[in-house]
Amino acid sequence: MGKYIIKRVLYAVLTLAVVITLTFFLMYLIPGGPFLSEKAPSAATTAALKAKYGLDQPVIVQFKNYVVNMLGGDLGPSLKQRGRYVSDIIAAKFPVSAKVGGMSVVVALVLGIPLGSIAALKRGKWTDKIITFFSTFGIAVPSFVMSTILVIIFSISLKLLPTYGLNTASSYIMPVAALSFYPIAYIARLMRSSMLDVLGQDYMRTARAKGLSTFKQLFKHAMRNAILPVVTYLGPMIAYTLTGSFVVEKIFTIPGLGKEFISSIVNRDYPMIMGTTIFLAALIIAMNVAVDIIYKLVDPRIKLQ
Amino acid sequence: MSEKLLEIKNERLSFFTPAGEVKALNDVSFSMDQGDVLGIVGESGSGKSVTAYSIMGLTADPGRVVGGEIHFNGHRIDQLKEKELRKIRGNEVSIIFQDPMTSLNPVYTIGNQICEVLLLHTKCTKQQAREKAIELLTLVGINEPERRMKQYPHEFSGGMRQRIMIAIALACEPKLLIADEPTTALDVTIQAQILELMVSLKKKIGMSIIMITHDLGIVSSICEKIAVMYAGKIVEYGTIDDIFYHTAHEYTKGLLNSIPKLTEKEHEKLVPIEGSPVDMLNPPAGCPFAPRCKSCMKVCLEKMPEYTHLSDTHYSACWLLQKKELEKQQEDTQIG
Amino acid sequence: MNNMNDKKPNPLTLQLDVSAFVPATQEEKENLVVMRDSVSFWKDGFRRLKKNKMAMTSLIIIIVVLILAFIVPSFYPYDYKTQIRGSENLAPMEYSDTELKSMEAGVSVFPHFLGTDSLGRDMSVRIMMGSRISLLVGIVASAIICLIGSLYGAIAGYFGGRLDQVMMRIVDMIYTVPDLIIIILLTTTLKYPLKSLAESNKAFAWINVVGVGLICIFIVFALLYWVGMARIIRSQILSLKEQEYVTAAKALGSGSGRIITKHLLKNCMGMIIVTTTLQIPSAIFTESFLSFIGLGVSAPMPSLGSLADTALDGISSYPYRLLAPAIMISLIILSFNLLGDGLRDAFDPKLKK
Repeated sequence: MGKYIIKRVLYAVLTLAVVITLTFFLMYLIPGGPFLSEKAPSAATTAALKAKYGLDQPVIVQFKNYVVNMLGGDLGPSLKQRGRYVSDIIAAKFPVSAKVGGMSVVVALVLGIPLGSIAALKRGKWTDKIITFFSTFGIAVPSFVMSTILVIIFSISLKLLPTYGLNTASSYIMPVAALSFYPIAYIARLMRSSMLDVLGQDYMRTARAKGLSTFKQLFKHAMRNAILPVVTYLGPMIAYTLTGSFVVEKIFTIPGLGKEFISSIVNRDYPMIMGTTIFLAALIIAMNVAVDIIYKLVDPRIKLQ
Repeated sequence: MSEKLLEIKNERLSFFTPAGEVKALNDVSFSMDQGDVLGIVGESGSGKSVTAYSIMGLTADPGRVVGGEIHFNGHRIDQLKEKELRKIRGNEVSIIFQDPMTSLNPVYTIGNQICEVLLLHTKCTKQQAREKAIELLTLVGINEPERRMKQYPHEFSGGMRQRIMIAIALACEPKLLIADEPTTALDVTIQAQILELMVSLKKKIGMSIIMITHDLGIVSSICEKIAVMYAGKIVEYGTIDDIFYHTAHEYTKGLLNSIPKLTEKEHEKLVPIEGSPVDMLNPPAGCPFAPRCKSCMKVCLEKMPEYTHLSDTHYSACWLLQKKELEKQQEDTQIG
Repeated sequence: MNNMNDKKPNPLTLQLDVSAFVPATQEEKENLVVMRDSVSFWKDGFRRLKKNKMAMTSLIIIIVVLILAFIVPSFYPYDYKTQIRGSENLAPMEYSDTELKSMEAGVSVFPHFLGTDSLGRDMSVRIMMGSRISLLVGIVASAIICLIGSLYGAIAGYFGGRLDQVMMRIVDMIYTVPDLIIIILLTTTLKYPLKSLAESNKAFAWINVVGVGLICIFIVFALLYWVGMARIIRSQILSLKEQEYVTAAKALGSGSGRIITKHLLKNCMGMIIVTTTLQIPSAIFTESFLSFIGLGVSAPMPSLGSLADTALDGISSYPYRLLAPAIMISLIILSFNLLGDGLRDAFDPKLKK
């Protein structure tokens, strides 16, 4: 088990290294490179940049400087937000995104798992048909479409919920709903097919033959097996939630990292783009590794390999 | 006066599928006494497993008992509610299934799975359950039971998993054990071990066994009585002697003939039973075996045969036998 | 039905017709035996697909959308980039003053079914063009993924051993890379070299027409998105290559290339079609997502995503401008998903009903 963890972490670090390298060198396709492409805000900043990264030196050296700085937690200054550092901006904005994103993940699990299980149990009946319909519908609708539909219905027509900011508790409802819509649908579908698969297994018949109550059969025997594929989905779900937040934060004007990222793309704040890309990539890669390890812990069949 | 342990009267069971009503059991009747070992023999689709499952109320979903009665231990159980049936399952009637590789839940230890059934039906503490589980594992021949209790099903071989299934089935000392082709998925050598185990346990605990199989060899080694099923009906019923030495039904004869014998000459062909099994969606009005029977008569295609009693213990459903009995009776009336 | 424990004389003695006890003829026996006809794999699959109402409805919707996207704009009276002065911000079916005047004068004016945008461009034709872009991206990207993915997976699966190990390690790494972020990165940066390439070299002038954003999307799909398909095809090949016809082909002297293409991939065809069909909606989703955040096609070429983006500002006054592309995207993605699901159900032998 320990060997597996080490191997996995090593691969993750390797992948991250590739991403960082790729990110940095791609930035140099931009005429002038990421730091000097636009007219530098002030002479002081230019001088600071030069000193830190050695901008008159070959790209490889600049890369080395960047990485060294990065490992120390410094991702460079923002080109558009005077006097602020990329790492500070990330540190300020990320918690907001994390809150909304975290809530979406929880909502998705809390709603998706039971819905999928119920659909499997009532297979072929109306409950199943309705749930399956909504989940098929849910995976087709992109988050930005969902967001806009929600805004049109609840903010404009019915004037029930606020469109922007995160000031009140009710202002969380729409962004979380928009962000969790797809995962709920996906998890419900996944859970349904997994549960159907499990319910058809011989060991469920054994459980029934033992005289166990329906409740025990479901929650002790079925659930524990059926939930395994959902655990595998946790990694991609987190990645989806992170990237989905770009759109949702833009629409609902939430001061999170996603909105910041989009703005920096539009504003061509290259150090910001670079830093955020690396941060998000590192986050997603780390989450994937964590989920993989959790999965191996949870499925005893794999434990001893 | 020994009360019959199990009595099935005219059971009819159908599966209501989108394609139509599949009449899986068509008027099945038999009974068992305490301590009997009954073998139910037939090909796939004959209804042998379905009969057994219906005893425990384990019929798979689109299936329902549509007629007849099932009596177990003096009570009528075919109309019991689920709650009542649960008390019987695993407790008074247990079942072991065909494929031991998939019959155990992969995410729980085997100790957990054995204790589960003990804690459910008996009023014992967790500690007592654990001790009993260790006893059971020793009983079924698993070494180092304390250590193995904590292991998972995938750490055991097929034969050992079947032994664990037997341990679970016997935990609450049931009156009836149903074994649905317990050795089909196992090697021949392991097969012999499992059968031996079952016989010795039967002697120790004094339970009755229903052995469902398509293998006449198994039947001849441990069963006392045999029911031969075809297309949802019992076509012949009798003791081992009756079935093997006084075979009455053409189907049974066909089954016995198809077994390759050691004494056969090298170039003799194997003798299969020609034709294919019956379509249970549209079962014929007459004897279901008719199209494949070499003694088929016109009446066989039109009407379902009645049971002919050949002795106290032996009966069979066949028009040929009816014809012979008719002729005998005519002779008797003529003479007498 | 007799009680089997009694031994009364058989009451049926007098009721049976003795002539019925004559042996039955072979013909009479055969009439009772019913055998099912065997059907070929494709015919069987398509038969099942036709029964699936959802899938067939989706297919029809897709065909309708394809017609709207590719055929109708060619003879539609309005063009996607023509800005009609005086007709800005019209509501659906509304006419501008200029148009009303023309109509009174006897000139027929084709209605704006979905109104116009802030620059006076007809929305209906823009939505149709937008669908064309989305569909093009979806189909071309999926074709790329299909090609690269199935070949990669087939090679890895067939040859096995170290080659397979290395190939799959690479796949694992690509899998871990967060694709959307890389796309954003690539689209931001590749713009420049592509632009200068288009400007310097006449042969690449089409780059500007198609839009740098779109090209980046294709590049990224070719680089990153084929891994799912590769894994699926590889596992199929792994199970198929043990079959006897492969051994037979090898014994006849067929080269690996021939075995892979002629025998193995052909048998995976069902899987390939299903996976590709299901890949299309996620490609369309990615494109519309990128266009929505401003990284896809360049103006004036519309994409459903960019239409949604521009409509965002005027959401309170002109909600339909947002609803139209939003519904269109959802419809396209939903239809392809349902069709793909239907195909999978129809061609998966294990799910045979």
